[in-house]
Amino acid sequence: MTEIRLIPLGAHPRDIALDTLCARLERVIPVRLQLQHIPIDIDFALDPSRKQYHSTEILAALLEQNSTTAQKLLGITPYDLFVPVLTFVFGQAQLNNRAGVFSTFRLHNEFYGLPPARDILADRCFKEALHELGHTFGLRHCTGLPCVMNSSTYVEDIDLKPADFCLHCHEHLHSVC
Amino acid sequence: MTAFDPSEVTIMIVDDEQSVRESLEAWFEDDGYTMVTAENAAEALKQMQEHQIDIILLDIKMPGMDGLALQDRIREFNQEVIIIIITAFATVDTAVRALKAGAFDYTTKPVDPDELSLLVRNAVERIRLQRENVALRESIDHLQFVDNIVGESPQMQKVFELVKTVAPTDSTVLILGESGTGKELIARAVHMNSKRKYFPIIPVNCGAIPESLLESELFGHEKGAFTGAQYRRKGKFEMARGGTLFLDEIGTLGLKSQVDLLRVLEDREFHRVGGERPVKADFRLICATNLNLEDAVKKGLFREDLYYRINVFTITLPPLRERTADIPLLAKHFLHQHATSMNKHVDEITEEAMNMLLSYEWPGNVRELENAIERAVVINRSGKISPDDLPLQMSGTPVTSGKNLSLADVERRHIQSMLEENNWNISRTADLLNIDRVTLYNKIEKYGLKRPE
Repeated sequence: MTEIRLIPLGAHPRDIALDTLCARLERVIPVRLQLQHIPIDIDFALDPSRKQYHSTEILAALLEQNSTTAQKLLGITPYDLFVPVLTFVFGQAQLNNRAGVFSTFRLHNEFYGLPPARDILADRCFKEALHELGHTFGLRHCTGLPCVMNSSTYVEDIDLKPADFCLHCHEHLHSVC
Repeated sequence: MTAFDPSEVTIMIVDDEQSVRESLEAWFEDDGYTMVTAENAAEALKQMQEHQIDIILLDIKMPGMDGLALQDRIREFNQEVIIIIITAFATVDTAVRALKAGAFDYTTKPVDPDELSLLVRNAVERIRLQRENVALRESIDHLQFVDNIVGESPQMQKVFELVKTVAPTDSTVLILGESGTGKELIARAVHMNSKRKYFPIIPVNCGAIPESLLESELFGHEKGAFTGAQYRRKGKFEMARGGTLFLDEIGTLGLKSQVDLLRVLEDREFHRVGGERPVKADFRLICATNLNLEDAVKKGLFREDLYYRINVFTITLPPLRERTADIPLLAKHFLHQHATSMNKHVDEITEEAMNMLLSYEWPGNVRELENAIERAVVINRSGKISPDDLPLQMSGTPVTSGKNLSLADVERRHIQSMLEENNWNISRTADLLNIDRVTLYNKIEKYGLKRPE
């Protein structure tokens, strides 16, 4: 069974129970989650002028982590992520490769001037984690049925999509996991 | 085009910053698009030679030729590609210049993910509509082709019945008939009446392509598969996906190609030349030939197993000389068609000219008749096609005689022609021939004339 290591980046994300997130992921995809308790430093990826972290550089650094035998690495950070050209990204992953990362920065209701909602935040994190892991297992954005692999450019897109894979993506995932 | 596969859209990123190229490439790869990158104008032009690019995301500020100059250069040879300008140094002036020079849209770095998605979605929608437009135009052409099948003779009515019967099935069809009898039109009619009609029909004239080129023509090839294979190219099998493959002059196919074709028909998949990944074959096969394939099998020129594979349902097209009743109809149809396309007022064929058309043997069949009428329309000045407008060699074969025909031959041909014209109505034909029905029956028996089944 594929082992996945969930790694906090920079700091622990606030208001999110990472062990619960791991348990939810294990219920949807046939993988085993290991949780790393100590966050790793990502200051090297900070762009001071944008006050954001370069997600591609973080992915490169994650791959250099030799402290684990896990086949896949999923980073979670409370900081805002970007790639050059785009104003921000919710997350980024290497297609059909080992590492993925996502940010909780824009998943909080407070970011949009709304009152905090921990359940909504937990669901958004869960969907983002599934989405980025899906990419690491070779899944591209799904354009057909409602699926967690649908592309999201607004937080509302994340809320609208289901916290599961469509039949087609599900079949692919189970064939490679 | 019903479902749109993003991998069929190729996007090229032109930007001198590696991180920009890489991040955009990864972003669009997640959506399933086929990606190409270039770090400067020269490389972009080179990539355009090697790939079929649909959308270009173009940075303005680059060393050497800048983005706007590159856009001008591209527009000199390619009007279709969609160019989206992305620049870090936006000014109203550059935006206006870019849009005036034919850019599809313009945005500034860094761009919001939703804005970028929307830009590309709009571009893809335009490509989808362009491709749909082309497909619809082709469909209209095909419909016009189908409209061109003219025939009220019993022989042609039988052909139409066969087309109606076989079209909705997915069976392989073999069309037999002399050159010029309209085999391709019948193939298109089968296609247009099948469930595959919204996908293309791809005709391949096996006799026109040298054996050495046929393999890559049918199977396609990967880049570098052989000397001169500079680009990946789809073959006819792939182009016919979802539709119909029409192999004309199948009798001329070489033995090696016959083996290759048989394998594709049996496995329902194939490999591009130089390719490792199998590609699914999803087409209906229609073949046509003017040769006697059974003879070719006996002589070892055509594989028996392939013959049985393609000889599932046969439609035989009668030569024009066996359906003279259709000649006036066809002649008027072609007259109307060519007079309209040449914008000439020619709308009649004189009785003498029509008799000449009826008496001719038409070795080139309907194609020859069409050419004769087209020529007549070109040279006609009176508005009525007269014998003078018809090709000279026709005047050598008057109504029921020929230079080397015996009296019996002339009688036989005339009786046969009259019977066909009157749909084998014995009483009417006997009346017209001014003989009684018994005499006509005796003549039919004497000359071994048979009513077509």
